[in-house]
Amino acid sequence: MTDPAMRDTANQWAIETRGMSRRFGDFVAVDQLDLCIPYKTIYGFLGPNGCGKSTSMRLITGLLTPSAGDIRVLGMEIPAQAELLRRRLGYMTQKFSLYDDLTVQENLRFMAQIYNLDSRSVKQLIDSQLSRYQLNERKTRLAGSLSGGQRQRLALAAATLHQPELLILDEPTSAVDPENRRDFWEKLFDLCDGGTTILVSTHYMDEAERCHGLAIMESGVKRADGAPAQLMRELGARVVEIDGENLRLLKQQLGELPEVVSTAQQGTHLRVLIKESIEDPERWLREVHPQLVHDRQIHAVRPSLEDVFVHCTGSHASSGGARQ
Amino acid sequence: MNALSQSLQRIGAIIFKELRQLIRDRPTFGMVVMVPLIQLLLFGFAINTNVRDLPVGLVDLSHTQTARALVSDLGATQVVRFTQTYQTPALAEEAIRRGHVHAVLVIPEDFGQRLQDQRAIAQWLIDGSDTMVGNALLALQQMPFASGFEAQPSSRKNTFEVALFFNPERRSAINIVPGLVAIVLTMTMVMFTSAALVRERERGNLELLITTPVRSSEIMIGKIVPYVFVGLIQMTIILGLGHVIFAVPINGRLDQLVLGVFAFISASLTLGLLVSTIAKTQLQAMQLTVFLLIPSILLSGFMFPYEGMPEAAQWIAEALPATHFIRMVRAIVLRGATLEDLQPDLWWLIGFTVIGVIAAASRFKKRLD
Repeated sequence: MTDPAMRDTANQWAIETRGMSRRFGDFVAVDQLDLCIPYKTIYGFLGPNGCGKSTSMRLITGLLTPSAGDIRVLGMEIPAQAELLRRRLGYMTQKFSLYDDLTVQENLRFMAQIYNLDSRSVKQLIDSQLSRYQLNERKTRLAGSLSGGQRQRLALAAATLHQPELLILDEPTSAVDPENRRDFWEKLFDLCDGGTTILVSTHYMDEAERCHGLAIMESGVKRADGAPAQLMRELGARVVEIDGENLRLLKQQLGELPEVVSTAQQGTHLRVLIKESIEDPERWLREVHPQLVHDRQIHAVRPSLEDVFVHCTGSHASSGGARQ
Repeated sequence: MNALSQSLQRIGAIIFKELRQLIRDRPTFGMVVMVPLIQLLLFGFAINTNVRDLPVGLVDLSHTQTARALVSDLGATQVVRFTQTYQTPALAEEAIRRGHVHAVLVIPEDFGQRLQDQRAIAQWLIDGSDTMVGNALLALQQMPFASGFEAQPSSRKNTFEVALFFNPERRSAINIVPGLVAIVLTMTMVMFTSAALVRERERGNLELLITTPVRSSEIMIGKIVPYVFVGLIQMTIILGLGHVIFAVPINGRLDQLVLGVFAFISASLTLGLLVSTIAKTQLQAMQLTVFLLIPSILLSGFMFPYEGMPEAAQWIAEALPATHFIRMVRAIVLRGATLEDLQPDLWWLIGFTVIGVIAAASRFKKRLD
């Protein structure tokens, strides 16, 4: 049942899926997803809630059986070899899922035993995790009494205790303040540097931008993938910012033009995505729609990841998203 | 709008929200209807202190026509039903100890002479551990009986002599305390295991555990073993204090008792596992436990004699582990029976555990789909 092409590339990718699909009754949660994720990189799933990020992760870990398609993770067939994968996989759930009524240390010891780690080196291992994730002073506190950031560091410490080759993080930072988030990403880069492949889902643009590779997902379909810089470069649209008064009215008027992909107000200016076929958006606006933009300033700007996201999701997706 | 009508509007909003939530919570809504219905039927059936058709045995050493007339008169009272006959009183006592019959009527060789002499004509050997059963049999003591050949009308005081075994003082505690082990263990074992597993799922711990190398059978075993010890501690407290405070005798062997309790704890934990695969929240697990606990109290023979219940209720009772265990624990503690005497009940508990664990493990998959 395995695609022969896939067998040849078995050792090239940490995660490889072909036509991975999952239906729940009539609802298609993941539709024909093809992924090639290289070893030792941080790969992100970016998409709105319910776009199939979590389902995809569960399919990749073997927690869900795919309705169709082939999945290969670290060279193993999934879900057939899912039990084998578990020892080499670290998983951090969206919700804190360690035990609130155990202390930090007890939680880590519990996980060490679940993974059958060598009992002689466990104490040392736990100590090094405690200091690496700045939990030393909290080691005798109950996990339930920790702050959001501390809990999340504990969860990461537990998920990496058995030094997994693959780390899967399902929206790890949704309950964490920006400072802790920065900190958390520093830890992820350390891990990646040490050889761990990391798959992370997020709906934050700034987080997505930190990933080596990225898949933008919507309604179970991959709308675009590539490195964030490449995605921004190959946006397939031009971005301008327009200043001035009455931006709400201007947004409405621009929105009616077929050449305008999307508009979004950002404080005192309006960010406008215009189709690539318009070579010089500023000149086009001044010449074709002078009544809209007279006495307004127009700047061409570099596309952001949010522009990419907006361009290839929602109602604009059908009019041509960024290509792979 | 004045303050009062504003307040009423807010109360109304909460009332309607509450009703809407209640209707959406299917199990709880089901309990609203099912609890009174089931309770009514259970209590109606179970509360029956009028014991009928008690299975009893017969030792007829006289072999006379008159003795057979006596047996048929006793059968006509509908209090007892002669199901067994034994050759000697010793065999009959053994049968009572093993729990085959609640009582045995011994008709002596000099039955005819006793009838003439106005003495008690026969003897009842009664298992007195269940006071309600004992009382029903004691009521037969003065049943009038005449062969028709006597010279003068009967003036004897008691038709039968009675030997009350195991509980000669007819104290209720003797019967209740061992039975209480079954009730307490049903309550705690089922509730602890079901709540423990459901809590793991509710708090999201299970989502993490299933991504680790741990197997579902390992999770199950690990979750229930601690409660085996909890159960043994509870049994020790009940029987120990029962012995000290209420002078409940422990006539049986302790190893037999512990093995019997172990079989029952296993069956109850299995029941808890099954509940945990059905319940989604800890509250639902609690409700289902109560749902199982009530028939275990009312139909198991703990409060009302099994023999007094209609056949339908007896069938339900047979399905409950508590019924089997109450028979076992009373037999071992009060009558000094061994597990060998109690094989049908023991095998039933073992079978229930095996089938239940298989069913629970197949319902509890390590996958999410």
